[in-house]
Amino acid sequence: MEGVMAIAIGLLFAAAFYMMLRRSIVKLVMGLIILSNAANLVIFTVAGLTRGEPPFLDEATKTAAIGVADPLPQALILTAIVIAFGVLAFSVVLIHRAYQVVGTDDLDQMKDTDT
Amino acid sequence: MSNLLFLPIVVPLLSGALCLAFWRSERWQKRITLAGTLIYALVSVNLLQRTLEEGYLVLQMGQWPAPFGISLVSDVLSAIMIVLTGVVSVAGTLYSMASVPNRHIHFGYFPLLHFLLVGVSGAFLTGDIFNLFVWFEVMLLSSFGLLTLGGERAQMEGAIKYVTINLFSSAIFLTAIGLLYGMAGSLNMADLATKLAEADNAGLVNILALLFMASFGIKAGVFPLFFWLPASYHTPLVAVSAVFAGLLTKVGVYALYRVFSLLFISDTDFTHTLLLWIGVLTMVTGVFGAAAQFEFRRILSFHIISQIGYMILGLALFTPLALVGGVFYIMHHILVKTNLFLVSGLTYRLLGTHELQKMGGVYRHRPWLAVGFLVSAMSLAGLPPLSGFFAKFVVIQAGVEASSWWATGFALLVGLLTLYSMIKIWAEVFWKAPEAAAGPLLTEKPLTFWMTLPVILLALMTVSIGIWGEPLLQIARLSAEQLLNPAGYIEAVLGVRS
Repeated sequence: MEGVMAIAIGLLFAAAFYMMLRRSIVKLVMGLIILSNAANLVIFTVAGLTRGEPPFLDEATKTAAIGVADPLPQALILTAIVIAFGVLAFSVVLIHRAYQVVGTDDLDQMKDTDT
Repeated sequence: MSNLLFLPIVVPLLSGALCLAFWRSERWQKRITLAGTLIYALVSVNLLQRTLEEGYLVLQMGQWPAPFGISLVSDVLSAIMIVLTGVVSVAGTLYSMASVPNRHIHFGYFPLLHFLLVGVSGAFLTGDIFNLFVWFEVMLLSSFGLLTLGGERAQMEGAIKYVTINLFSSAIFLTAIGLLYGMAGSLNMADLATKLAEADNAGLVNILALLFMASFGIKAGVFPLFFWLPASYHTPLVAVSAVFAGLLTKVGVYALYRVFSLLFISDTDFTHTLLLWIGVLTMVTGVFGAAAQFEFRRILSFHIISQIGYMILGLALFTPLALVGGVFYIMHHILVKTNLFLVSGLTYRLLGTHELQKMGGVYRHRPWLAVGFLVSAMSLAGLPPLSGFFAKFVVIQAGVEASSWWATGFALLVGLLTLYSMIKIWAEVFWKAPEAAAGPLLTEKPLTFWMTLPVILLALMTVSIGIWGEPLLQIARLSAEQLLNPAGYIEAVLGVRS
């Protein structure tokens, strides 16, 4: 399962970079969305994929059995998803405003501030 | 256990919330902001005092013991950064109060400024690597808002680059955190330090080190990852530029200092040699970039990059003296760079342009402003007896002691080229006769007292650091000792179990 996930993550990263290197700002934002999802999947996969072993403590001993799923990565991913959601909402508004102000969606036309 | 650690985060959070409550009244927002930043500055000085007395201050959030909960940690380096944040925020607030137009305030300028401070303080104080990521995002979102406030064309173009590269950097950071957690099973930096010291998988540790280097390097603006900085820093309001120039890249530098003195110290031949060359190339490309520019704020933006190179050099050499130099450099740089950006704002108000060719004659009309600029500019170039001289001197002395002659040679050369850039600004903006076209502008927008006050204060601080620099050098020495002995940090964080 880890192997499949690794390949999927690699494809997502590749897709994200490809999208970000396109000239259209809409594709740029799509690239950012895919990129943040790829990063989240990295956390999910690297921490170990566990099936059917919920992280509950044993009532008598107050300890968890060996090999239960680690709940922390999922908490991290949840936090990261929320942050990414906020940031991406901002960047969607930003490209909309930029499109209105600059009058184009072509990144190659946005070189006024470059040096 | 010290609740003082909480205050640098809570004070700006509360004053930001109060500003939101007074959304319609720009007058009250200004008062709250001034009061909030002054309290922040007082708290920060208190924090530095306590940290100097006790070495490390640690606060375990919610009383969860160390590797499980989130720890807030202040060592001397963090406390220094918090004090500098306080100084920059007071200076920025004074300048903002006098210069920010009401339409910006109506769209939430002051709350954003406070939330930026929240993020910056959190990043300086946290002892948890994922928490660091969260504070980075708080800081970034506020900076996005401040950067785009006003909505002019240049701002939009600058912001797209700034936002994209910063989100990219965050994604790398998050990936690195994920891999680190998968390898070490912890997020607490002190705990990670002990686990990475025992890690037998040296290849993976180095890959993680490179991921962190790339991510923080983007935020710090090091070669070859700095191109977003000169493309965006000259677009927003001057007050925003000044605060960004003083604080944001330095958060990246701080993160590099933290991570490469605590976590990735097992293979310094690889990581710190790489940092050395990054530092040298950053210095050189930054200063040459500045030499080619003829726009006031763009020159200053490129100089941020070249100065970052010196700080990275101090970290890369990784000797006690080099770290003293690096930390001292950060202190000096934040004050000077903020001041230079504020001066560029004042000359803009006088002359109505940032293009050097169209400016001139400021010395004749405002000699004291010219003196304020000259002090900061010469300090940036490293002329004695100003703060920049001692900062450069210590870094270069450390380079000589470590026998890295190439790096030392380039550091000297870059100092000379910095002087060239500063003299270029001085000659074009202050010394030469004013352009005929710019003449009438000189009196149209007078400078108020509150605008010039932060410039004068920061210039005085630069001079006094130069003349009475010993106590600050002593503080920098303490922080260098702590950075070189991560055992103290680890013990302070993991040992406190109340």
